[in-house]
Amino acid sequence: MIRQILNRLGQGLLVLFVLFTLTFFLVRLLPTGPFKTERAIPEHIQAKMEAYYGLDQPLLVQYQRRLTNLVSGDLGSSLRLEGREVGEIIRQSFPVSLQLGLVAIMLAIAIGVPLGILAAWRKNSLIDYGAMALAMVGICIPSFVIGPLLADQFGRRLEVLPAMGWNPFSPVYWLLPAFTLGLISAAYLSRLTRAGMLETLNQDFVRTARAKGVGEARILFRHCLRGGLIPAVAYIGPAFAAVISGSLVIESIFAIPGLGTHFIKAMETGDEPVITGVVLLYGSLITLANIATDLLGLWLNPRLRTTG
Amino acid sequence: MLRRLLASGLLALSAASCQKQTEVERANEAGILLVGNSAEPKALDPQLVTGVIESKIIGALFEGLVADDPEDDSALPPGTAASWDHNEDMTEWVFQLRPEARWSDGHTVTAHDFVFAYHRMLSPDLAAPYAEMLYFIDKAEAYNKAEIDDFTQVGVRATDDFTLELRLREPVPFLPSLTRHYTWFPVPEHVVRRFGDMTERFTDWSEHPNLVGNGPFQLKEWRFHDVIEVERNPHYWNAADVGLNGIRFIPIENPYTEARAFLAGQLHTTYTLPPDLIDTMAEDYPEFLRQEPYVGTTFFRLNTTRPGFDDPKVRQAMSLSIDREALCEHILEGYTPARTFTPKMGTYEPEPVLDFDPEKARKLLADAGFPGGKGFPRYSMLISRPAARASAEAVQAMWREHLGILVDIQNMDWGSYISAQQSLEFDLASAGWIGDYLDPTTFLNMWTEGNGNNNTGWHNDRYEELLKQAALQADTEARHRLLAEAEAVLMEEQPILPVSWYSRNYLHRPEVKGWHPLLLDNHPWSAIRLEP
Repeated sequence: MIRQILNRLGQGLLVLFVLFTLTFFLVRLLPTGPFKTERAIPEHIQAKMEAYYGLDQPLLVQYQRRLTNLVSGDLGSSLRLEGREVGEIIRQSFPVSLQLGLVAIMLAIAIGVPLGILAAWRKNSLIDYGAMALAMVGICIPSFVIGPLLADQFGRRLEVLPAMGWNPFSPVYWLLPAFTLGLISAAYLSRLTRAGMLETLNQDFVRTARAKGVGEARILFRHCLRGGLIPAVAYIGPAFAAVISGSLVIESIFAIPGLGTHFIKAMETGDEPVITGVVLLYGSLITLANIATDLLGLWLNPRLRTTG
Repeated sequence: MLRRLLASGLLALSAASCQKQTEVERANEAGILLVGNSAEPKALDPQLVTGVIESKIIGALFEGLVADDPEDDSALPPGTAASWDHNEDMTEWVFQLRPEARWSDGHTVTAHDFVFAYHRMLSPDLAAPYAEMLYFIDKAEAYNKAEIDDFTQVGVRATDDFTLELRLREPVPFLPSLTRHYTWFPVPEHVVRRFGDMTERFTDWSEHPNLVGNGPFQLKEWRFHDVIEVERNPHYWNAADVGLNGIRFIPIENPYTEARAFLAGQLHTTYTLPPDLIDTMAEDYPEFLRQEPYVGTTFFRLNTTRPGFDDPKVRQAMSLSIDREALCEHILEGYTPARTFTPKMGTYEPEPVLDFDPEKARKLLADAGFPGGKGFPRYSMLISRPAARASAEAVQAMWREHLGILVDIQNMDWGSYISAQQSLEFDLASAGWIGDYLDPTTFLNMWTEGNGNNNTGWHNDRYEELLKQAALQADTEARHRLLAEAEAVLMEEQPILPVSWYSRNYLHRPEVKGWHPLLLDNHPWSAIRLEP
């Protein structure tokens, strides 16, 4: 087991190295640059700025320098927000994305899983159709429609929740963005839970349990839930990584100081150190989330343990 | 169970709302202004930034020789300088600083701080992106381009602690107005040097809590991408007249989010308002909507090295077939149809020449060898903002209808859009320009040969000669006459097709007093008061 984990971590490091190399060279292909401003910067000044950041060096020298710094833990500093360390940018904005993502995924689980169980339990009933229709709506309506509608309703009309902004200590600021962000995951979770539960409910051991007179609630929660959740759990890992890595749309709708905005801005301006920093962060997160999901899967599904 | 949960949730929400004031109401009580400021500033070092966003905050933290007047664009209230004087041809100026001016750490603001600031700004090693703004000073350009390396040759001198002398390369009658731009602000030598060399870029001197300014406010808090808060500077020479206890600059990049935040009581004033919301706001919230002239022009930039566009007749024809009235009425709401390139400012009023005359346009195009648009190359128009698409499409239709010319529209990300123009690898582009100071040269100088903002491939000897003559002229009236003549040449040649003059559309709460329409939109923060 431990060997397995170490093995996966080793593979992860290799992935990160490849990611860094690819990103570093791909960014150079962008037709843009961090020193392009609306008002042209005179050439002699632009040349000075490039020299200041070592951008006048041959590409391989730059690559080698960045790689050496990276290994020693230095992500470099931003070219767009000059003077800001990439590490500092991530330290300031990632906790916001992480907190928002955690709240969103918890909301998604709290809404999606019970809805799925309910739908499976009352299969083909009004409850089932209602829950699944709701899920379909959640999947189909994009967050850039839901978000502004919610902000307008609760912010302007009812004046009960702020229409934008972020305060890590005040839940009123989390509710709308987290709900908007978590909605699509909630929808998927409810459908996956429903499917998983239905499959388990159709198994022989459930029939046996019923025949032995076991109560519905006990069958549902004691016998079926663990097996029925397997598809949902497999989804939660990657969804979690995606959700905490910052959503540009949500951040823009609610003016949240998260990581997504930095990433897009960096892409627009060819700010290589920030792009690489964020790509590496996402890469590590997804690698870790996948390992965690696999472990959770092992715990939920004993069959995997013997074959693994 | 579910119903009970829902009910208690709603109850909690409404309870929260009953006891809660809006953020604006709380800020009114605290005397704090909540300002939507579009985006996170790049930095707060006045010598290393170029944007409007930064200038708003810097205007609260620093003060130039001359201050902004809250009501009158042409008024020149004294700032850090108590008085100033010039020689007859306006090439030598003496500014007398007020001895009571202080930095926010209590140090005296001296003429040496100004000399240090201009020395730093012009040092080639600092690579200050906006150093050009100081090129009015004699030999400043040569020093900045490392053609000379002795700063004493540059026309800046402190004759004593409170006397600053400037020697200019040409008569600049609008110098006092120019010094209100942040590139002319002083920086505290004793603080800058504490955190690094003079020419070191982005040291910690301009970060919280190190930043020291000489403006009415000082930096209180800087939460990255979240808020920048300033509070009263107790050392400011005119602190008794400052009306606000503080200002919060909130970076909200999405203008729709900003409008929602305003209506939800989270802002006193917004940075902008999307054009498609103007009608709704005019109807539902007329008390909040503000539409004010702003010195800026939207235009199409042509690459005059492209076949077809190299003929002034074609450019004229394209300009004559743009129905500017219709554009401003239906799409660019609040904007006024441009009659020339430079918008009206002060006493400068060039001949209004731009017109809508499709018939004349067709004739000109036929004269140029493209009757009915036949044989005209198919070009594409670059745009970079979604908001530009509607007017681009309207003009596309006008050219097709009136001239038979087909133009494609190509959307590009900001960096590529800029690169394409700077390297002349484009056909035509939708663009805009905002003046830096209230003088027509801020609109006209850019169309000279080799200017980094020209990007049309066009230059004209007569035009440049007229600008040169104007630059040597100290008499404002004669100067404006020459500049208007230069503008006429530009409009005859039309390497750019002006479309409209900017308006600043935004939302603003009525309890904010001391805030009046200003052409440059630089509202002096010290004059603003909150009277709910």
